[in-house]
Amino acid sequence: MILSRREALVLALGSVAAAAIPMSALASVDEAVAAFTGGAEIGTGAGVTLTAPEIAENGNTVPVTVDAPGASSILLLAAGNPTPAVATFNFGELAGAHMASTRIRLSKTQDVIAIAKLADGTFVRASSEVKVTIGGCGG
Amino acid sequence: MANDVKPRVKVPKSAKAGEAVVLKTLISHPMESGQRKDKDGNLIPRSIINRFTCDFNGKNVIDVTLEPAISTNPYIEFEAMVPEAGEFKFTWYDDDGSVYEDSKPIAIA
Repeated sequence: MILSRREALVLALGSVAAAAIPMSALASVDEAVAAFTGGAEIGTGAGVTLTAPEIAENGNTVPVTVDAPGASSILLLAAGNPTPAVATFNFGELAGAHMASTRIRLSKTQDVIAIAKLADGTFVRASSEVKVTIGGCGG
Repeated sequence: MANDVKPRVKVPKSAKAGEAVVLKTLISHPMESGQRKDKDGNLIPRSIINRFTCDFNGKNVIDVTLEPAISTNPYIEFEAMVPEAGEFKFTWYDDDGSVYEDSKPIAIA
């Protein structure tokens, strides 16, 4: 395949644009995480449970549950949304089980991330991929 | 100003002292994300509920920061400890400065 100079330029620009979009979304995820943790290390594994459906037919209302026993707060993020932040749950002294359920919007198939701040000040992370049939951010 | 904002909460009538109860809250609100466009292609300005709190007898149970990614008619379910009889107070804070409140009593069985 032989490309003219013009075609080559268009292709190059296109690939740069394609690479830039997910990177900017990821960067803002990192920013949101850093703002929450203050740069502390995030562990994986036990401590936080994220319950989300595997397939969401309607991205406008996706039920999710976060549960982190003893956590003081939980940050919920949707990595593929135009703005990744979803919600922050801060538990007070009279919180029962440290869980919360809500319904969120997802624009496309993506990872939903929950980061919990545990009682001892450490952070743990859980994520779950949700396949979205119809996106929920309007057009 | 969002019209017809109506909070609804579900609290058990009574609980054992020291028991955790499940509370379900829903408020009718469009939660306009600020991402959508109208027919003429203009952005519809963001108008959401940005914070929700629940207190029991003046002590905090949960304080939630909501972002535009929360669905229309935000639904939040959580648990609270009930050490004594009293009243749950629920507060929603709108982007436009409005505050919506609801309260529900609970007795000790």
